[in-house]
Order: sequence, then structure tokens, then C-alpha cells
Amino acid sequence: MILEALQNNTFINLSYILASVLFIFGLKMLSSPDTAQRGNFVSSLGMLLAVVVTLLSKEIVSFQFIFLGLIGGGAVGAIAALRIKMTSMPELVALLNGFGGASSLLVASAELFALTTSNLVAMIAIGIATIIGGVTFSGSLIAFGKLSEIMPGKPYLFIGQKILTGLIILLLLLLLFQFCSGIFFAEILFGFDWINEQYALILLIALSLLLGILLAIPIGGADMPVIIALLNSYSGLAACAAGFVIGNNVLIVAGSLVGASGLILTNIMCKAMNRSLLNVLFGGFGATDSSSSSGEGKVQGDVKPINIADSYLILEAASSVLIVPGYGMAVSQAQHSVRELGELLQDNGCEVKYAIHPVAGRMPGHMNVLLAEANVSYDVLVEPQDVNPIMDTIDVCIVIGANDVVNPDAREDESSPIYGMPVIEVDRAKTVFVLKRSMASGFAGIQNSLFFKQNTRMLFGDAKESVSGLVSEFKS
Amino acid sequence: MEMMLLLFVLVLSIFLGFELINKVPSTLHTPLMSGANAISGITLVGAILSSGGDSSSITIALGTVAVFLASLNVVGGYLVTNRMLRMFKKK
Repeated sequence: MILEALQNNTFINLSYILASVLFIFGLKMLSSPDTAQRGNFVSSLGMLLAVVVTLLSKEIVSFQFIFLGLIGGGAVGAIAALRIKMTSMPELVALLNGFGGASSLLVASAELFALTTSNLVAMIAIGIATIIGGVTFSGSLIAFGKLSEIMPGKPYLFIGQKILTGLIILLLLLLLFQFCSGIFFAEILFGFDWINEQYALILLIALSLLLGILLAIPIGGADMPVIIALLNSYSGLAACAAGFVIGNNVLIVAGSLVGASGLILTNIMCKAMNRSLLNVLFGGFGATDSSSSSGEGKVQGDVKPINIADSYLILEAASSVLIVPGYGMAVSQAQHSVRELGELLQDNGCEVKYAIHPVAGRMPGHMNVLLAEANVSYDVLVEPQDVNPIMDTIDVCIVIGANDVVNPDAREDESSPIYGMPVIEVDRAKTVFVLKRSMASGFAGIQNSLFFKQNTRMLFGDAKESVSGLVSEFKS
Repeated sequence: MEMMLLLFVLVLSIFLGFELINKVPSTLHTPLMSGANAISGITLVGAILSSGGDSSSITIALGTVAVFLASLNVVGGYLVTNRMLRMFKKK
């Protein structure tokens, strides 16, 4: 009696509405630091509710495979989430994202084989869910490969790449049309009478996987935050399309919320680089070498190196220090030493802040995660627009493995490829220390005139070793 | 008509999504992304219906793999987000 009431469709749908509300509140709370952790919990409750009521559904006749998948996937997910090092966070996020996309693709494919009558709307939905899911999956795998350094992080470009990408998109659209309409050109033109929706689906999957690869390989290291945010958005849209396949509102609501939040992040990342999304996707930024994008003659003056002992003397006398981390800090895993240095400076009566550029690192918020792992309080992290107005009052800026996000050419040199990009204007501080391994140019392949400024001192060497060196100077 | 209702829901929730999260401090970019990613695992609902339904073995097989991947996405996503957010503290 009770079970029957619970299996009632009205009850299930009401629970889906409640789950959607929990997702909405969860996401809202996730966008403010004080409530974020509770928000994540609220949204996980929504997920639990949606899954449990789905298990009650009358359509389900056997549970063994469901539990096999649930327990297996859940266990692998839990182990990965609890074991992963914080420094490997970008690749885990990319990988999980890809699995979400793959799952939506599989749901759509499974539904095609379950379809008894031909239904135009369902076919369109299946086609679109397959394409978005496939692009998300293969694109995320490439991003994972680049972030975990299984693959080279450089943008990979070849002649005719854009044409090939365009051709594949065209082919996908043609195939989608055939798939939905049931009119197959191969049958009409060549008499292939064996071709049917299921073959077309396999082709659709293959082409969308290829498209995902082609979209992700030209993206180089510093553009990674954009593609990660974009793929995040796609995984939501794929779930949303899967919702149309099975006619389920909770998938549509949850999927489009994720799609929207991913697009907002993508937009924030693009704005932080002063580039359009199209330029990021097809520009192949950073593939050009330094000589073609910026003349070497423009760089005036000499580089002034400094050693650890001298830097210590300057830092010891400073009353305000701004630390600007970049991808180099992640590479040398210097975050713990950096936190230690920050605390020692504070004990010395100095005001310490960390300025974080939105695209520093390889994923949105990368630096924040690393510094949080090293126990740096988030209220000393500031954004460029907050710190630039007071830059003149800062005694020392320590740039740790950041390059393009502190390049003054973005404001001063109209011919620079990054001209107009909002940067952290460290060169306006009284003294700038740049911690850098060598004089190689940054990811964008452009010279950085910051290194040649009057008030800049270069502290060459591995970032972690240099910072640890400063720490031991303070302790001695 | 059902399709129209679904489209209606789609359009409204996209607008809701944009309104909901239009200002995010950069501290929360990664957790927001991984938390949202966990939500996109909602496709698990569809996967469960395919995996346990009364249908052909290929549907059940595809559905089961989908359940596996979606649960990995959901459980991994929520746990890793929670782990990150626990580190974000004001001192």
C-alpha cells in the first residue's frame, strides 16, 4: 500500500521538483564563501533524493546491474576524490567532467535501442545528446592528458585544422539530419540498404569524439582555464539534452543550471584575457614564437639579478608585500614555502596580501586551491581590480612563476598581442622581485618588459628553493 | 505538447542559472566548477532507468556503463568539492 503510493508518478515527480529546488539553493550557496560547503551538501541531498525516487520507479524491473554500476562507480569516485593530491585537482576535474559527458552519451544511445516507435523529437534529442556528450568526453580526456602532462601542454596545430574542424561540424549536421529524418544519403546515392539509425549513431559518436579532440588539442597551457570552464558547461548541456531524450524535467533543470554556470565562468576567463571565446578556441595562441610576435629590439635596459641575501634585506625592511603567484608556483609546488614566508613577513610587522589573476594557473581558481591547501586564509587573497588602485603604496611585489598576467605591455605596448588584457600592475610597486627559472618568455611567447624595468630584480632559480632560501634567512 | 513544456522548463532554467551565479569570487571558481560538475551527473537518473528497465540487453549494458560513469562523476564530484571547501577557511 505504502510502496504503491511511493511508486506513484505524482510522488516521483514532486520529489524531482524538490530535488531541483535543492540544486538551485545548493548552487546559489556555492557562490559565496561562507555558505559554499553547506551549499555543496544541499545539492548532494538533491542528487540523493533524485536517485532514490528513481529507484522506486515502476519502470525498473531488475536492480542487480544498477547496483553494480552505482557501487562500482561510487567506490572508484570516492577513492579518487579522497586520494587525489590537491595539486592534481585540475586533471581530476577534467576527467570527472568527461565521465559525465560520456554517461549522457550512453543514456542517449541506450534509449535509441529501447525506442519502439520512430519518434522525431526523441531522435533529435538523442542526436544532440550524443554530439554534446561525445565532444565533452573526448575534449575532457585531451584536457586531462594535457593537465596531467601525459601529453605535451603546447597547442597542437596543423595546416588545414580549421577547415577540418569546419568539415566535421558540417558532416555532423548532415548526419544529424539523416539520423532524425531517416533519409540516408548513402542509401539514395550508393544503394547501401544496410544503413540504418544504429549505424548512423555509431558514426555520429565517432565524429563527435573526433570533434572534441580537434577542439581541445589547439588549446595551450595558459588557455586551459577557458576550455575547462567551457567543457564544464558542455557536460551540463549534455545532461540537459539527455533530459529531453527521456522526457525528464530534473535533468533539464540541473543540466541547464550547470550549462549556465559553466558559461559564466568561461566568460569570466575570456574577459580576464581580453579575448573572445572564438579567439581562444581557434586562435592557437602561444603557438607563435617570440620573434614574430614581439621585436627583441623593443626591450630596453638590462636585467638586474639579485641574490637571496639581498632580497632578504629588502623584504625585512618592507612594510607591505604583495605576493603574485602563477603557474610556476604550481609547477615547483612552492605553496607551502610561500605561506611560511608570508607568515614570517607578517610576524615582522609587514602587511602581506596575495594577488590572484583569474587566469593564473591551468583552471579557474587554480591558485586559490593551492594556497588554501597550504593554509593561507582566503581573506588575504585579493583580485587585480582591488589591488591595482593601491599598487603605488606597496613596497615589494613578489612575482612567483607568473608572467603574462603581470606583463606591463598589456597597458603600454599597443603592438603586443596581449595589449588590453587586464593585468596585475606590479611594475607600479616600489620594488618587484621576479622569481623565475630562466629568461624564457611566458606561455604566450612574448617578451615581458617587466623584467627590464628599473625597479625589477630577478631572483633566478627554482621558485620553491628561492622561497625556502628566503624563509631560512628570516629564521636565522 | 509535452515537448513544449520541456522547452519551457529549459528556457526558464537557463535564465535562472545566469541570474543565480552571476557574481562569483575567484576563490570559489574551482569548487563551483567541480560542484556544478557533480550536479551534471544527474544524468544518472536516466542511466538508472536504462540499466534496470525491461528492455533489450544492449540497452541494459549501455545503461549500466552509464550508471557506473555517472556515479563516479557524482560521488567523486561532491566529495572532492567538499574536500576543497573544507580547506577554504578564514583565519
